[in-house]
Parts: sequence; C-alpha cells; structure tokens
Amino acid sequence: MPLAVDSIRKRFGTYPALEGISFTAPQGAFIALLGPSGSGKTTLLRILGGLEFPDDGFVRFADLNWLTVPVRERRVGFVFQHYALFRHMTVAKNIAFGLAVQSRRERPTRQKIKQRVEELLSLVQLDGLGGRYPSQLSGGQRQRVALARALAIEPRMLLLDEPFGALDAKVRRELRGWLRGLQERLGITTVFVTHDQEEAFALADLVVVMNKGKIEQYGIPADVLRVPQTRFVADFLGGGIVGSPHK
Amino acid sequence: MTSYYRNAIDDPPLLRAAFTTMAVTFIGLFLLLPLVTVFWQALGGGLDAVWDAITSHDALMAIRLTLLTAVITVPLNLVFGISAAWAIAKFDFHGKSLLTTLIDLPFSVSPVVAGLVYVLMFGLQGWLGPWLRDHDVKIIFALPGIVLATLFVTVPFVARELIPLMTDQGRAEEEAAISLGASGWSTFWRVTLPNIKWGLLYGVLLCNARAMGEFGAVSVVSGHINGLTNTMPLQVEVLYNDYEYVSAFAVASLLAFLALVTLVLKSFLEWQYADEIAATHRH
Repeated sequence: MPLAVDSIRKRFGTYPALEGISFTAPQGAFIALLGPSGSGKTTLLRILGGLEFPDDGFVRFADLNWLTVPVRERRVGFVFQHYALFRHMTVAKNIAFGLAVQSRRERPTRQKIKQRVEELLSLVQLDGLGGRYPSQLSGGQRQRVALARALAIEPRMLLLDEPFGALDAKVRRELRGWLRGLQERLGITTVFVTHDQEEAFALADLVVVMNKGKIEQYGIPADVLRVPQTRFVADFLGGGIVGSPHK
Repeated sequence: MTSYYRNAIDDPPLLRAAFTTMAVTFIGLFLLLPLVTVFWQALGGGLDAVWDAITSHDALMAIRLTLLTAVITVPLNLVFGISAAWAIAKFDFHGKSLLTTLIDLPFSVSPVVAGLVYVLMFGLQGWLGPWLRDHDVKIIFALPGIVLATLFVTVPFVARELIPLMTDQGRAEEEAAISLGASGWSTFWRVTLPNIKWGLLYGVLLCNARAMGEFGAVSVVSGHINGLTNTMPLQVEVLYNDYEYVSAFAVASLLAFLALVTLVLKSFLEWQYADEIAATHRH
C-alpha cells in the first residue's frame, strides 16, 4: 500500500499551516516528518489520520481516495504525543478498546479479545500489567500501551506524534530501536513526527524536512545528510549530527 | 512543643493561629449558629409539634411541589449542562464566549428579575398571556412557571462545574477513541462521561440543593396559593408571616436537613472514591 500525498494545503484562519505538501512513499516505509515547531508536521499527520481536513489536496493510500474515508473506517493506529490513554480504564481495557467498540457483527468474542490483549501486552513487553491504570505506569510503559492500543485494530497505517518526546534519553534510545524492529516485522507503513534530527535520521527510511508549511527536502537520510538542498536544511542539520558536512 | 521541621512557606505560629481563629469564628458565627438556631427553634415546641407542622396538608403539598420541581429541573439541567460544557470545552465556534457569559447570567441577575421576566412573558398582561388564556394553558401561578423560574436560576450549576474540567482534559482521548473506530455516541458513553462523572455528580448535587431552596424567582411566579403553589421556602415565609413560628421553623429545618443530606452525600462519595477521582484528573 504505497502512500501518495499530493499538494496538501491547510489554513487555520489566516495562518497558512501547510502550503502544498507532496511526496510519495512505498508500502512499509518508515517516514519521518522532521522540522521545527510550527512547521506543520503535526497538522499533516492529523490530516493523514483523519482528525483534520485539508482545504485542498489529495492523498492516495491502500488504493483509496484516503481523505474521503471517514476516520472510523481508516484503521489508522494513532499514537498521540501525550499518549491520550483512557485514564479511567485499565491497561487491558485501553488495549481492547478498538476491538470492543466494533459493531456486534465484526466484534471478536470476549475470549478472543482477551487473548489478543495478552498477545499485544507481550508484544510490547508489558506482560502482567494489564490490570494497572495508566497513572500507575512510567512514561515508557505508557508509550508502549499507547502503541499496543493502536496495533490492536490491525492498522493499515501507523501515525506517531513525537512518540519519544516525553521520555528521557536512555529510555528513548531503547524504545526507538525496539519500535523500528517491530515496525519492520509488521510491515506497516509508518509516519512519525519529530523535531529531533538524530532520531529522524537514525530511524527513518525517508525523511521529509519541513519548514513553515513547505517541504524543504525529501529523500533517504544519507542523501539529505550529504547534500542539503536548501539553506534551511543546511542550517537546521548544522546543529547536531556528527559527520555532517556542515559541522 | 518544638517543631524540628520547618517549611520554607511556614508562617509564624501567631499569624497561623490568628487566621485559623478568624476562619473558625466567622464560619461559626455566620454559618453554624444560624443553622443550629433553626433546628433549636423548631424543636422548641417539642417533637410532636414539629411532626404536626410538617405533616399538615399545606406543608405536605409544599414538600411535594418542591420535590416535583427538583425532579423536573435537575434532569433538564443535567442534559443542558453536559451539552453546553461539551460544546464549549471541545469545540471552537462563533459565539462561544457569548454562550459562556450567558451561562453565568443567572448568577449575576437577581432572581426576582428572573421571575418578573416570566411574568412579563406568560402573565395575563404579558406577551403570550392572552394566547395562553384562550388556549387554557396556565404557566404563571402554576407548576410550569415555578419550574421555569427554578430552571433559570439553576442553569449554571452543572455547566459551570463541567466546563473547566472538560477544558482541562482536552479532546485527545476523544480523538484517540474515534481513530480506534468508536462512534461519537460510543465515545461519549465510554470516554467522555466516565471522565466527568464526579464533576457531574457534584454539579447535580449543588443544582438540586438550589432547585429545592430557590425563593426569589419562584416567589414572583408562584402566586402563594396555600397548598397549591407554595414550595417549601415559600411555605416557610407564609408561616412566619402568620406568626406560626414553630411550624415555620419546622419546615425550615426540614429544608435545611435536605441541604445537609446533600452535603453529606457529596463528602461521602468523595471519601469513598478518592482514588478514582484523583485518577480522572490529569496525571
């Protein structure tokens, strides 16, 4: 299921959030939207997830006119920046949510849901924590619950909004390697938003560098690093990566 | 006693004692003493007198009318409060700040004015008066008027309780629910409502207390017909003006008792579900 984003525009009042975003990515790609805050990357992610609608443009995914598919039917696994776990539900209930709200015809039996939750808990390495409440978990654990909840609906696309933003450096490094491995195993097309270039280049197959609602550069990490195409990209990358030509 | 631990924000003991004394004295003098007096006066004539007073025909009718008014207005406010808070906290729309201000209107307008507004609209000399009379619909000096006036006064309670709570919780959980395939209805029942249930309960209890206790607005539209359109607060006034002190205080103490039950219920629930209440606030 390749992803094709074509000329997406979005304004909030008079503020132009996205000014013609276009790129394509093959099925199963891990795509990083990289840019400073206010560059429109989260807006783009929310448009892909169906939580926001563009004023203009086109998205093709899974052989569908993606923007016309209602949120509920997109089967998008969305991991929110602060996880947005249901705070009044246990971890197990959180993970089961997407299955429990299906129509009676499609819903798996209670036994099946329970089994699926167990599988997901062990997939995200949280065996035995199903009875806890989100407030009783650490940041890294909550993040993994959010991921398990998103994976429960067998998503066609995985969307991650600053997935490691709220975690400390050590946990962040562990989790992202693990997440990348998991994504490769499952083969789900994944888009993630980050302002951390090291993270983007370490994880992604494709990097979209964004600034002020426009794409500054798009390509595989090695190319973007080796040949920054605009002044902005050069300056933006100049700050961090070891071995960058502009360091 | 010497205290070994001192906090950076600890005030000098004398100041602390002064503040505490002030608070306790104030509450004791202006809140507790009058309340005790009500019960004291009522019981002055003995329990039998109290019993007779609150089981008299007029008193029973007043109790019935008060409860009926509360039973109608509280659910209406519940529905309105949730809808208004939901709209204000979770969506951006034109006129949002106007709506927020209007919800506060009953807090700032004198209840008497609220009552008069309904008389002007539905009274015999009012805009709709002649039409209502021709169609034999009674609003003023009848139950509908009393319900309307009570509704006006109690509108802010549930909404005011929920708006800050729902604003604080944001819409991320609802968005998560919808992206996981939940319908709007199912999102409301499974995510929104459980998150606000304690705030909602608190708002409902306060709303109920006010609905049973409202005097001013109801007084204007009721017509004070003994045994027919007198609610408990109005009944108290009528009895008092007729020099029936024991009866007046008996009904008053029943009213005060209902208010106390409300407060005790609220405290009990807070104590019983402290953990859960803490969990539904931001972690």
